[in-house]
Amino acid sequence: MAKKMRTTEQRSIDPATQEMLIRADSLGIGTAFTRADDMAPCPIGADGMCCKHCGMGPCRLTKDGSVGICGATIDTIQARNLVRAIAAGSAAHSDHGRDMAFTLKAVANGEAEGYSLRDVAKLRTVAAKYDIPIEDRAPEEIANDLADLYIAQFGQQKGKIIPVSRAPQKRQKLWEEQGVIPRGVDREVVEALHRTHIGDDQDPEHLLQHAIRTALADGWGGSLMATDISDILFGTPAPVLGQANLGVLQADMVNVVVHGHEPTLSEMIVAASQDPEIIAYAQAAGAKGVNLSGICCTANEILMRQGIPAAGNFLQQELAIITGAVEAMVVDVQCIMQALVGLAGNFHTKIITTSPKVKIKGALHMQFDEHQAMTIAKNILKEAIDNFKNRGEISIPDVREDLIPGFSHEYINYMLGGSYRASFRPLNDAIMSGRIRGVAAIVGCNNPRSQHDYLHTYVTRELLKQDVLIVETGCGAIASAKQGLLLGEAGLDKVGPGLQEICETIGIPPVLHMGSCVDNTRILTVLTQMVEEGGLGDDIDQVPAVGLAPEWMSEKALSIGAYCVASGVYVIFGGTSPVRGMANKVTDSDAVAHYISAGWEEIYGGKLEFVVDPDEMIRRTLAHIDKKRAALKLPEYDPTRFGASGDSRMMELEDLPLAERQAAMYGAAS
Amino acid sequence: MSKYIAKRAIRGANALVSEAEIMLKKALAEKGPDTPVAFPNTAYYLPVILGITGQEVETLGQLQEAVTHARNLLHPVPSNRHWTPYLGETLDSGMATLLAAETIEALRFVYKLQPEPFPGFQMAGGTIYSNGNGNGDGMSGHLNGPIDDIQLRSWGIQLVDGRMPGFAAIVGAAKSNEVAVKIVRELQRRNILTFLCGNVNGRSIIHQLQEEGVEMGYDTYIVPFGTDTISAIYALGFAARSALTFGGMKGGQPREILMYNKDRVFAFVLALGEVDDLKYAAAAGAINFGFPVIADTVIPQILPTGITTYEHVISMPWNEIRAADDMERAEKMVQKCIEVRGVKIKIADVPVPVPYGSAFEGEVVRRADMRVEFGGKKSRAFEYLRMVEMDDVEDGKIEVIGPDFADIEAGGYLDLGLVIEVAGRKMQLDFEPVLERQIHYFVNGASGIQHIGQRDIAWIRISKNAADKGFDLKHFGEILHARFHADFGSIVDKVQVKVITDPALHAEWLVTAREAYDYRNRRLADLTDSSVDLFYSCTLCQSFAPDHVCIVSPERLGLCGAYNWLDCKASFEINPTGPNQPIKKERAVDETKGYWEGTNSYAELASHGSVSEVAMYSIMENPMTACGCFECIVMIVPEANGVMVVSREDPSMTPAGMTFSTLAGMAGGGVQTPGVMGVGKFYLSSPKFISADGGFKRVVWMSSVLKKTMAEELKLVAEREGDPDLINKIADETVCTEVDELLAHLEAVGHPAMTMDMMF
Repeated sequence: MAKKMRTTEQRSIDPATQEMLIRADSLGIGTAFTRADDMAPCPIGADGMCCKHCGMGPCRLTKDGSVGICGATIDTIQARNLVRAIAAGSAAHSDHGRDMAFTLKAVANGEAEGYSLRDVAKLRTVAAKYDIPIEDRAPEEIANDLADLYIAQFGQQKGKIIPVSRAPQKRQKLWEEQGVIPRGVDREVVEALHRTHIGDDQDPEHLLQHAIRTALADGWGGSLMATDISDILFGTPAPVLGQANLGVLQADMVNVVVHGHEPTLSEMIVAASQDPEIIAYAQAAGAKGVNLSGICCTANEILMRQGIPAAGNFLQQELAIITGAVEAMVVDVQCIMQALVGLAGNFHTKIITTSPKVKIKGALHMQFDEHQAMTIAKNILKEAIDNFKNRGEISIPDVREDLIPGFSHEYINYMLGGSYRASFRPLNDAIMSGRIRGVAAIVGCNNPRSQHDYLHTYVTRELLKQDVLIVETGCGAIASAKQGLLLGEAGLDKVGPGLQEICETIGIPPVLHMGSCVDNTRILTVLTQMVEEGGLGDDIDQVPAVGLAPEWMSEKALSIGAYCVASGVYVIFGGTSPVRGMANKVTDSDAVAHYISAGWEEIYGGKLEFVVDPDEMIRRTLAHIDKKRAALKLPEYDPTRFGASGDSRMMELEDLPLAERQAAMYGAAS
Repeated sequence: MSKYIAKRAIRGANALVSEAEIMLKKALAEKGPDTPVAFPNTAYYLPVILGITGQEVETLGQLQEAVTHARNLLHPVPSNRHWTPYLGETLDSGMATLLAAETIEALRFVYKLQPEPFPGFQMAGGTIYSNGNGNGDGMSGHLNGPIDDIQLRSWGIQLVDGRMPGFAAIVGAAKSNEVAVKIVRELQRRNILTFLCGNVNGRSIIHQLQEEGVEMGYDTYIVPFGTDTISAIYALGFAARSALTFGGMKGGQPREILMYNKDRVFAFVLALGEVDDLKYAAAAGAINFGFPVIADTVIPQILPTGITTYEHVISMPWNEIRAADDMERAEKMVQKCIEVRGVKIKIADVPVPVPYGSAFEGEVVRRADMRVEFGGKKSRAFEYLRMVEMDDVEDGKIEVIGPDFADIEAGGYLDLGLVIEVAGRKMQLDFEPVLERQIHYFVNGASGIQHIGQRDIAWIRISKNAADKGFDLKHFGEILHARFHADFGSIVDKVQVKVITDPALHAEWLVTAREAYDYRNRRLADLTDSSVDLFYSCTLCQSFAPDHVCIVSPERLGLCGAYNWLDCKASFEINPTGPNQPIKKERAVDETKGYWEGTNSYAELASHGSVSEVAMYSIMENPMTACGCFECIVMIVPEANGVMVVSREDPSMTPAGMTFSTLAGMAGGGVQTPGVMGVGKFYLSSPKFISADGGFKRVVWMSSVLKKTMAEELKLVAEREGDPDLINKIADETVCTEVDELLAHLEAVGHPAMTMDMMF
């Protein structure tokens, strides 16, 4: 086993993370960072050359011409593994969507304690898309119909899942022709598992076609429904000032960190934490109050709606506990490391699992039920407050950065024209003129195999200089937030001249935080609306845009990547490819990798590629954007033509003494 | 936006909305909620409020809702650091500013503070105020205030056919009086309507132009709204009404109205001098309409596009404009404005020593200012255009035959003949009158020259000012040569002009001309709907009224009065893919009502399916639609078994209980409304005038202005209808404006309509 211990700086570029890693070392505590150093990835699995789908194996196909016991070839095995991973990712997002739909149903029927329909306008808009009658109806009635419709999408057996109708017409037609429109969300996941069972579908291209269908059930199904309902229940995000990084933890308050992915419980904890009863309870315990913060996408959900600070992204979940200042970490689903429980044993922190689907041995389980959400939320907070007295020595890094999250597609539409002139016209114009060279969505996870936050922020920074507007979600967004890239100020000095004009005109950061990883569907909606606005072709694959997940690690990321490809997007993943193969040793072991690039591009106009080198990611991103620009006959990108907008000259004049300033500004007046 | 602008605009918006709230509260307390509020002579209530919110404000009390609407659109100013986005928020605040500004102006009307008093101000044509301040005739003592519907509609055709390419809203004051005049002249030269408002430290461009003796008013295309920024709202009220009048939009369709303006109304804001919070706020409102802002000071530029078609905000600091002098700077500035808005301008370079452009068409040369006149009471002027063989024309040859006016004393007169000979491969005899009629517009375009009438009753005056600048007889030839080439280049290849003052030659040519007039009259009389196979479409207005289509036949001219059948025929020759297309009549479906297969199918196609049949001769059944620039409205008066005809120049009440402005809302927008129709006034004298419904004898009431201006034509109509006294039997606004009175009148005079078949 190759042991290569990295320095703290090599592990993360984030100073707060570095500080906590040093503290962990000094306390002799292991983290994902050290475990990654301790354990090299299994080389055969890493290349996707291992099959363990049945009891005849596991089979390792490491030699030219070798097949599995059943005769499965390397490309079949890789495709099967990929389909399974995508099915798991699609299942995770979609199951989240299902729970949201159940919550909506409960709220509509007045059975969900503490919830309400916060965004009736969005409820009406979404319902109207599906011809649910909205005029002269109470919001609850509409919500009930919508909930029923959405719930039905999961168990539907035939036909098409209904949110697909929101994709561009041309794209829908393509999917129809390719036979990849999901019939029902659950059905595609089940079928994926069936097809990858021993002795079933053993044609890689056929398997990968189903990978697309399963991913679409996520992107244009479960995830999209989850986002819709979250907005309806908790409000459609709009820009708000927030903070990110471990420095948001407060020494004199009860720190409760919510971690996971669903907004249902966390929103209720937000409400409960502001309840006078809870504040009084905390004060009685000797704290100033309850300080709530988030990790991972739960953080994103409450950050973009309520401005609740994000303590960090995926790789910081352990580090939050290492501060010693966290009374409770309340988790729901997805991306919760089992290591938390053992780690928390070194401190007073309580790990509280809440989802009926997720228990971790050794954690305190306080099961969440939306029917009694407020009561449970308060009980959880009291549990945390009661734990305040057990707090030992603490060390909170004094590192935090402000950010402006909250760029829902609805707000983006609004910000580009106000209440009356809202449209994507200014954005399309900016791309067409070349002020914005193209758009990149930089999303996804953290991965301790690479330097934490580095790939995300390096690629982001470099693309900004090339006038590429960036949208982010998930842990990638938090990475950029910690670097101050989600602030209007970054739009003035960290971008090319064209993008600067756009940022200054609208008042936006050059990196738009669009939400959690489920909210990647917002990006699909934006792309669809850009197409509908006109001037950038008639389908998503013509838009000069690229998707990147530089530090991916979860199966959800693969599902996202696949549904983006199916939607026409070029997707670049960093790190290792699960279908990399060993082309130099085993013939055709890169066939699948090749197929999901060139093969998929031929069909869908989008492709999935795995690129290790960040400069190569940037190069390919720009090349793709320029290729799409040329295909649309847009002017070649030329930053020298832009940059004459903005306040800089006014601000210089403002510094002059009054008389001089007036002469300079109003020299014309006589 | 930029943050700098956003901050000031939002601050200005907050201040103005608060001001509106305070003023409204005070007015409600002092005047009561039921006090009526209205702008003069408009069917569109307070037009911006109507367009944006759909609210039809008629009383003070109803203004509360508008102000609340404005308040809800406001936002906090962006933070200095770590700001949230501000573009949408600023645009909303801009809209709030407009709603507040319109509220304030409406309140000022209640307090008789609008139109803005301006002692000694002489307006060259303006909104007529029946009461209020000023001297009551609208011609002196105050600025214009809002443009009324009458003027909006009469400018309509020019706005849609591109003669008037757009409007400029000037806010503030120019660097100097000379610059003010120059800027306005440059705009006039391009026929751009110019609205004036705002001030810099109390001094407005209106003061500057006033001091320089520039005529302001409808006639000169320069409309002084007021000397504060708030009065800029009238420009946007004009814009909103364009969409409502010509675009067929309804109040409460803000997005459609704003997009209509962005796409079709070529307007921009020119901010002269310091830009304060309120100006930024109003500018943000204007940007909602797609109107860019150009400033002559240093302000932040907003160059990306999207809300406006081209740049949003341009800064052209006066001292930084590279030019030899201020005059050239002004030229460059106006040039830039045109570029930024993408205004399409057709401009003929006319080599005369005076300014030239359509904006000067309305200028009047008063006797005292007159150097010399041709025609009128004491002399005879005629104009005659004829086509000749190609070889008989030397293009550009201008002969002045006979004495110049150098020896005529100031204020004197002289006989004049203008003989224009044209040749062209596509020229036709029928186009002679079409082209000849243009002489009026062409000659009038020169500043200081006045042209009235046509044929042998032409009457031309040259002002002293123009003569001093060197304008002489040969320049008539220069104008006509240049303009016929510019406007009719595709049918006219060569043009030569004889300017005749020699008495013998004058007499000789007059005889020839009169023979030609005679021939044309006979030709026109022969030209009937049944004698031709082709009608013409006119979709000129579709840039403004997308679903409207005019069908022009020999006996029914276009409703704007500007295009008859021959005009359309010529226009088709000039531009075969243009707005005037031949329509084959094809099989007659019902010749009495005026249905042909060809006209029906064309109407359906060109109206994009909104109209499937058009009766050419009926008001009751599938009447022809209208854009908004009709000269008259014909409307059924059911009680009288007849129709009334209201002229757009008539602001008075009618027996229908509505003024022209209100009626116009029912007649326009490309919608068929049985019983209501917009028409050109010369259609009244056509034998085919609502012939399916009983013809001219159905007219029971008509605006007196029509009786006066069309006396001769109507006399012939009465004779044709076999009732020589018919015109006197028709009531007008001096006789009655109530149905009961009308019926009594008709009974008393024995009007034929009373005994005709029921109309429906």
